[in-house]
Amino acid sequence: MAAPAAGPVKGPGTDPKQGAPGVTTPPKRRGTELVMLAFAVVITLAAQTIVDITVTGSPSPEIATFGLWFTGLWVVAHLVVRRFAPYADPLLLPCVAVLTGLGLSMIHRLDIAANALGESVSAREDAPTQLLWATVGMVLFVAVLTVVRDHRALSRLAYTIGLVGLVLLAIPAVLPSALSEVNGAKIWIRVAGFSIQPGEFAKICLVIFFAAYLVDKRDVLALASRRVLGLEVPRARDLGPVLVAWGVSILVLVFERDLGSSLLLFGIFVVMLYVATERASWLVIGVLLFAVGGTVAYQLFGHVRVRVDTWLDPFAYYPDGGGYQVVQSLFGLGTGGLFGAGLGGGRPDQVPVAKSDFIAAAIGEELGLFGLVAVVVLYLVLVERGLRTSLVVRDGFGKLLAAGLAFGVAWQVFVVLGGVTGLLPLTGLTTPFVAYGGSSLVANFGLVALLVRISDAARRPAAPPAPPAPKLGEALTEVVKP
Amino acid sequence: MTAEIVLQAFRFGFLLLLWLFIFAAFRVVRADLLGGRTGRVSSVPPRAQAGKKKGNRGPKNLFVTAGPLSGTKITLGEQAILIGRADDSTLVLTDDFASSRHARLTNRGGAWYVEDLGSTNGTYLDQQRVQGPLLVAPGQPIRIGQTVLELRS
Repeated sequence: MAAPAAGPVKGPGTDPKQGAPGVTTPPKRRGTELVMLAFAVVITLAAQTIVDITVTGSPSPEIATFGLWFTGLWVVAHLVVRRFAPYADPLLLPCVAVLTGLGLSMIHRLDIAANALGESVSAREDAPTQLLWATVGMVLFVAVLTVVRDHRALSRLAYTIGLVGLVLLAIPAVLPSALSEVNGAKIWIRVAGFSIQPGEFAKICLVIFFAAYLVDKRDVLALASRRVLGLEVPRARDLGPVLVAWGVSILVLVFERDLGSSLLLFGIFVVMLYVATERASWLVIGVLLFAVGGTVAYQLFGHVRVRVDTWLDPFAYYPDGGGYQVVQSLFGLGTGGLFGAGLGGGRPDQVPVAKSDFIAAAIGEELGLFGLVAVVVLYLVLVERGLRTSLVVRDGFGKLLAAGLAFGVAWQVFVVLGGVTGLLPLTGLTTPFVAYGGSSLVANFGLVALLVRISDAARRPAAPPAPPAPKLGEALTEVVKP
Repeated sequence: MTAEIVLQAFRFGFLLLLWLFIFAAFRVVRADLLGGRTGRVSSVPPRAQAGKKKGNRGPKNLFVTAGPLSGTKITLGEQAILIGRADDSTLVLTDDFASSRHARLTNRGGAWYVEDLGSTNGTYLDQQRVQGPLLVAPGQPIRIGQTVLELRS
């Protein structure tokens, strides 16, 4: 598809007759970004105020601190982008800002509900913690943008980054359960009161590695194949990488009991393979391998069987058994209806772990179908900008990396929302940017930083060729007298 | 507590706010697609205006129509376009059949010429191997390894 380029499409300087080199200034669109960010902050503050007024009758005094802090985060982000990635896509940050703000408001709302119930005497507030994590995420965002000045530099470190990714993925599996297990999933590192999910960071590292690897090998993977039954079947030895990816996801499933990450990694890899080679046969092979793995996992592992059974008939396992969460979430979505109960007007705390895994159910209950669809559309815009970046950027590594990262977000949102609405079996994935959880939020800020970096490269006008070095004979010479 | 009417206003007002944001985002997407010309549809097609003013309708874009970079578009300006595997090329190819400095497209008074820079596997304009600088007409395929390029106005 020959989509028009995003940035330098029809700038005033594209007419060959007009102006000398250097006059060509495609729009940077930083002003648009600033306006959209301000809009995002307004939406967030409105959500917080509405929650407070609806539940307690008056705005809470903390709203000023929260507002200043939250605004500060995006001002910093905007200034850093203006300085270090001036041609970046103007919609990436605002979408992230609205999603993060909406998540913070929802977590704040669930905090109030938990405290009102007197459920926790300690009155644990998760929203400030999440704001703190968002700040850490912003630090990572700034760090990535300032350190990685050219995304192609990452491709040279690809094997190191891939190794780091695998190690991060493997750490929870080898740690003793006391340090790594929460609610049956061994995906954590718990040190000194902090719990980190290294898998979230591993995901990004592995996408970087996949992109670099596939750019290297795609000719072999795409060209050497035989045609069987109308499908291009790759040679057996070229199946290696997809089999390795499959094996790793199975190992994650076995040792960490984490259905979500396993599905996420395998999906991203298969799609990146497809994007790199343009061979639909990889998708077919991926689906077949997935079907085999899924069937075997269903037969062998109890926790997978529970998930599938409760997915097929959640009401059979209600109120006792694995169906409780899903059914409560469905009740919540039903209560919300089209327009929702209004922020603060529902009972989203009735769903277990509403703050993290089931925050989409809370949003659906309080904002209704219209609100939940708005959230999905925000993700859609984010992913569309990522895929557009991938189309426009001029180097293969950037193309694959942007496509992989954008697809990763889309796939994760699909799997999570599918789980919450009963379309797919439940997995332990989190809704990016919205759900409560430090690792996920921080890692996703890093992911956005990479997308911003690539989109900057994609929309930046081609640099004029460097002036040729003066020939030795013509170079200025100067007599230096002693 | 707060009056019911206020709560209803909040309920619908917030949804409206959320969708207004999405509407604004779509406007940005649209502006991007139309190349910075937002909103208004002018009564005179911009193409006709430009033509009248400058009397020059040289090709404006270089499209990659086949190969790994397929779908990429480069907006043509005054400068020459360098094509090759070297990192500082305008179009960076990752193709084993391309040389690091493979070919160059140069602008002479609105017309574009393709030139082979001594590549190993050659540059082809419409099946014909490029020896000296050749004039490229819009729509004529330029082939470098697996990549095919085309000028379009």
